[in-house]
Amino acid sequence: MNKQTPLIEMKNIELAFGGVKAVNDVSVDLYPGEVVGVLGHNGAGKSTLIKVLSGAYKADAGEIFVNGEKATINNPRDARAYNIETIYQTLALADNLDAASNLFLGREIVNKFGMVDDDAMEAETRKIMQRLNPNFTNFKSPVSALSGGQRQSVAITRAVYFNARILIMDEPTAALGPQETAMVAELINQLKAEGIGIFLISHDIHDVMELCDRISVMKNGKLVGTENVADVTDDEILSMIILGKKPTKSN
Amino acid sequence: MKKIMRNVVGAVGIDLRLLGMIGALVLLWIVFDLSTGGRFMTPRNLFNLSVQTASVAVMSTGMVFVIVTRHIDLSVGALLGFIGMVMGTLQLNILPEYLGFGHWSIWMITAVAGLLLGTIIGAFQGWIIGYLTVPAFIVTLGGLLVWRGAAWWVTQGQTVAPLDSTFRMLGGGVEGTLGAQLSWLVGMVATIAAVVTMVLARRRKSSHGFKVKPLWAEYAQGGIVTLFILGYVVIMNAYPLPKGAAKRYAEAEGIEYPADGLFISHGIAIPVIILLVVAIVMTVVAQKTRFGRYVFATGGNPDAAELSGINTRMLTVKVFALMGALTAIAAVIASARLGAVGNDLGVLDELRVIAAAVIGGTALSGGIGTIYGAIIGAVIMQSLQSGMAMVGVDAPLQSIVVGVVLVLAVFIDIVYRRRAGV
Repeated sequence: MNKQTPLIEMKNIELAFGGVKAVNDVSVDLYPGEVVGVLGHNGAGKSTLIKVLSGAYKADAGEIFVNGEKATINNPRDARAYNIETIYQTLALADNLDAASNLFLGREIVNKFGMVDDDAMEAETRKIMQRLNPNFTNFKSPVSALSGGQRQSVAITRAVYFNARILIMDEPTAALGPQETAMVAELINQLKAEGIGIFLISHDIHDVMELCDRISVMKNGKLVGTENVADVTDDEILSMIILGKKPTKSN
Repeated sequence: MKKIMRNVVGAVGIDLRLLGMIGALVLLWIVFDLSTGGRFMTPRNLFNLSVQTASVAVMSTGMVFVIVTRHIDLSVGALLGFIGMVMGTLQLNILPEYLGFGHWSIWMITAVAGLLLGTIIGAFQGWIIGYLTVPAFIVTLGGLLVWRGAAWWVTQGQTVAPLDSTFRMLGGGVEGTLGAQLSWLVGMVATIAAVVTMVLARRRKSSHGFKVKPLWAEYAQGGIVTLFILGYVVIMNAYPLPKGAAKRYAEAEGIEYPADGLFISHGIAIPVIILLVVAIVMTVVAQKTRFGRYVFATGGNPDAAELSGINTRMLTVKVFALMGALTAIAAVIASARLGAVGNDLGVLDELRVIAAAVIGGTALSGGIGTIYGAIIGAVIMQSLQSGMAMVGVDAPLQSIVVGVVLVLAVFIDIVYRRRAGV
């Protein structure tokens, strides 16, 4: 399967905060139509690693390749230009604005006078919500008035709407109920089928076993290893996360 | 009954907070009118009120953006004084040397120079706040001291007077009004523009298949707006020029001055027209431009704005540059109204401006605020002050009342927000 060019290759990424190396010489890759889980304890460096890709942080060292070509990602705008979209754990929504304004934040639809066209944006938002979450009907209120699941819908819609090729999901189901979690799982499978590559950051082993093709485990800023999900057991993943121990290849 | 009310309000789509503020203002006016024996709600007083409000109201529209992005600007009063001083010196001591005294272009050059100066100083303060990350409170507190001191330095404390006669028209004295006919014209144009805007918005909404308000609600809203605009024109036109000015007017027009006096209308004052233009432009900027959208997004969640690719540092520079430009416009109005620039020009204006924005519903926690709210806030503040002065309330008690009202208004706003869940 891995004969294709990877969508993303992050090579030897390093990033330190003060004296602490949050990410220490980590390399991961991602292929089209694949879900790669990035696992680790709190503080293992997985969010930091992924924020380097989304442009929120700038790496001290290392290289990023998009479709085999070297990419320069200095800020979130650069990442978006490479069709890398991110759903943050915090959702990163402007709570005082409505769903449409959030969906199009930074990429507003403007009319021929350069004026923001709220009606057109609302119409587009209604269209895509119809597809992704038909239960979503509250288009007028600021998103602070929405439920956790609805807010998540807005964040996901925003990432999917603009033809993402690479999707980063940081704990997408952490704040959701079982029904909404199932919805996210379904969405991930759907996006996978469309050839989108997904980095999934999660604590939840079950999520990971169910949704991911491969996993990259991090501990104390270092990469423990990358394995095919089919080749390892729950326990082996847990020992990678907790002990930082690579599974023995005997089985 | 309550439910019916709520349905009606919902159908018309009225902003309840706006209604509340207008209600408070009307109540205030009635109380002052009753306690001054009908002297408050006269054309003369309402004319003066609108002229006195203009300078602070212009600045308060910019302060909305500043506060919405979670900053504050304490320097606007001092900056107004400094820009006023520079403009005064420029038009009295520098430009006449090259152009000759009373040259027609002096007022324009002065105003443009003031505008440039305000924008540059505002952008500079914004740069320190955005890029050097010094808190806005500190930067503009420093600015307050710096610009007040700089204003003194320009003339070594001397008052600059009298200002250029064309320039003075921008302050809305006897000469600085539109007169009856032009006022009617402005009123008509404003009414037509308002109605056309409403019709276009309704069409656009229904073309997307959105629910629109019932027609009667649109008519009612259009009617109220029309009544308000034309009513204002009628009142301003009902205020005649004083005898001396009417005589001068008659002479200039070549009419004989009748023995029983001549009724020449003031009409709308020029500073009010300036305020109107500023209000429209700022509302469009806030609601219809990307810049405005980013201002509100950044105020709502700075991290989210940054992650959405918005350059929040540059945004801070732009917001403060805009504040500086509006301060310059206010400086033109304030100095032109007095016809002179003294050292005390703009003293404590920063507090009036912040109070106006906050009474108008701008939340200091960021992300929430409206231009019209700030302007109504400015009118409420000015009404309180001139009303109490007319009633004869002692100056110390006046500031006590204003202070209490400020806190009370914000408290009511917080309670309203909690109830409405916004």
